[in-house]
Amino acid sequence: MKVVWIKAAVAALWLIATPAFAVQPDEVLADPALEARAREISAELRCVVCRNESIDESNATVARDLRLFVRERIMMGETNEQVMAEVVDRYGEYVLMRPPMSGSNLALWLAGPALFLIGIGVAAGFIRSRARITIPEEAALSAEEQAALKRILSEK
Amino acid sequence: MIVELGHFALVLAFAVAIFQMIVPMIGAQKNWSAWMAVASPAASVQFGLVAISFAALTYAFVTSDFSLNLVVANSHTDKPMLYKISGVWGNHEGSLLLWVLTLALFGASAAWFGGNLPPRLRARVLAVQSSVGVAFYAFILFTSNPFLRLEMPPFNGQDLNPLLQDPGLAFHPPFLYLGYVGLSMAFSFAVAALIEGRVDAAWARWVRPWTLAAWVFLTIGIGLGSWWAYYELGWGGFWFWDPVENASFMPWLIAAALLHSAIVVEKREALKSWTILLAILAFGFSLIGTFIVRSGIITSVHAFANDPERGMFILLILAVFMGGAFTLYALRAGAMEAKGVFSTVSRESGLVLNNLLLAVSSLVVFIGTIWPLVSEMFWDRTVSVGPPFFNAAFTPFAFAIAIALPIGAVLPWKRARLDRAVRAMSGVAALTLALFGFLYVFTTGNSLAGLITLALGVWLVAASAVDLWQRTGQGRDIGAKLARLTRLPRADWGKAIAHAGVGITFIGVGGLVTYQLEDIRVAQIGEEFDVGAYHLTLRDVREVQGPNYISTMAFIEVAQNGEILGVLNPEKRIYPVAGMPTTEAGIDSGFLRDVYVALGDPQLDGGWAVRTWIKPFANWIWGGTIIMSLGGFLSLSDRRYRVAAGAKREPSTAVGVPAE
Repeated sequence: MKVVWIKAAVAALWLIATPAFAVQPDEVLADPALEARAREISAELRCVVCRNESIDESNATVARDLRLFVRERIMMGETNEQVMAEVVDRYGEYVLMRPPMSGSNLALWLAGPALFLIGIGVAAGFIRSRARITIPEEAALSAEEQAALKRILSEK
Repeated sequence: MIVELGHFALVLAFAVAIFQMIVPMIGAQKNWSAWMAVASPAASVQFGLVAISFAALTYAFVTSDFSLNLVVANSHTDKPMLYKISGVWGNHEGSLLLWVLTLALFGASAAWFGGNLPPRLRARVLAVQSSVGVAFYAFILFTSNPFLRLEMPPFNGQDLNPLLQDPGLAFHPPFLYLGYVGLSMAFSFAVAALIEGRVDAAWARWVRPWTLAAWVFLTIGIGLGSWWAYYELGWGGFWFWDPVENASFMPWLIAAALLHSAIVVEKREALKSWTILLAILAFGFSLIGTFIVRSGIITSVHAFANDPERGMFILLILAVFMGGAFTLYALRAGAMEAKGVFSTVSRESGLVLNNLLLAVSSLVVFIGTIWPLVSEMFWDRTVSVGPPFFNAAFTPFAFAIAIALPIGAVLPWKRARLDRAVRAMSGVAALTLALFGFLYVFTTGNSLAGLITLALGVWLVAASAVDLWQRTGQGRDIGAKLARLTRLPRADWGKAIAHAGVGITFIGVGGLVTYQLEDIRVAQIGEEFDVGAYHLTLRDVREVQGPNYISTMAFIEVAQNGEILGVLNPEKRIYPVAGMPTTEAGIDSGFLRDVYVALGDPQLDGGWAVRTWIKPFANWIWGGTIIMSLGGFLSLSDRRYRVAAGAKREPSTAVGVPAE
């Protein structure tokens, strides 16, 4: 009885979810160059129902549908840009794993280079100030440190 | 009974932590030595109490005590013992208990090994450390109590998430936490120094080993996580730029910057306020990491709403500690003036560049991670930030670090000559360029960036060897040079080995990305097919019963040049209790390549979907992280730390440590 129940459960699970397989053999295009393009595009598109996965990695049905759509359009002779534009038309900007360099997203893209340039400026100023300075006099020891020094010296 | 004892111990630990936060701090302020002296025993007692609490929870998991809500939700009697134990921290409440256990362990270690710290500094460090503890004890007791009982205990539990039932992931969280929480030590030292108004070489000498230890643990933790993702998630990726991964990567980068800048404070008394800032930031990123993972906010803004109380609590902790530390920093950092003088070209400048690149690259990761949230909040624009962004935005900085590292590492302190450093590395540079050119012309790779990564890895490894060799001085007597090599301080070996480890990881990443081969097909039982130089045969697919799962297991024979290398068993598993399927890849692991096979669905015509990859240098990625950690441990075991630890007892024999 129990075995039957488990088998039924297993069968049901097979139907619901087939984990971590993503691209299925029947999706693969015959022409390796076109397939490579399809994979390249797939890695840039988000599976909209998943947790931070591209359609290339996802097992969800929507991801499979989108992969098939991409391949269909490639077979129709569209360029990568045309395919991506069509997908964005359908699902919105959210579907792009690489946020477009426009509007507020510029802040995202420019943050790294800008911080680096500012950092270089500050660092250069600091290094130059270090290089120019003459050696300052050593700060005098505090009374506490004097005592510690005396103690250490007398230990020898 | 034991569970109640654990609960009670946790409440007591909370009370001790409050005491330890307040009394020594007042003592240090008023210079009352008795009040300061209670910090150390309090830290030991606090650790003992949390340890009892943790042991009690572990006992409940091991004995499958289903009157505990947490055990019901995360365990099952059929589960193997290893995963009953790892189930303790495989959930929100338990993982937080592990968090405070680690925090208390570090606090107690500072009390046990900090005998030679000035008493006032030690009292303050332990008080600050304890204040972090207070916040997290409150968090656990008020919002995430692992010791809650059920009125009607069920007969069995709901099992642990099957993805977590894996040896790699069983040990991933403890290491990661040792790293995350280890950075709390650097934070406590930084805040104590700000209160003290003083940072000197001795301070840096105390901070550095803690930071280094934390960094080593983070390295191991991240390596384990990446290795797990590689063989468990089923398509052989090793890094996904997932928010949860980034949460551990940001503190790792900052910790790497911190342990380098602390060298400058220790040896040259410069970069003091910057080092303090990094110490605060490093722990800040650890808290942010905890927040991201625990609140689920980044994955989806809506997940946050599921558990607003917990999310708000961590956010509050973050705000209090970072706000407090930065305020203190703004008030006091000006007092930390630099002493050391150095010229534009010097080791110091090299380390400034190192710090700049590491800090900016970690901020790039940070901004990319929180951008979806920021964009939605301020511009009502829902965007996704995925691997293509991080690969484009992070890689240039990683390349810059790799290019500059070997040159900076050989520059002498104070005043250096760039031409000399470049000349020392010219042979290695020529070798690297020749190799790059050869591979570029004669092989077909998938990615130019991958090939550059591979070449930079070779550059780093070879340059580390040259660096060590140069330390043996001038002259032609190979024997004498080798003898000198064995006498180099362990810190020098640690440095060279850790840097070479970075190079080895670069080679692994570059090699895998550039030369990976993939094959997707439907195979009938008995069918033979070729992938690259390998010949595979699908022998059989069978159902196999595991302890708490049912597996569909394939038997795939791998051969090369007519010689059978072995049989791979990729599996699809079903965990009936947890109601979740998982995949287990079949991997033939090798020094130069992995043959990686995943099993897919049965097809209508009776065949099976099979996906095969040849992944060159895959193991070098994790091998590199092991070697980095090894370098860190070697450096930690350097004589000067041992001398500092047992200052008075150490016999002062005349083994000269080269002055730097």
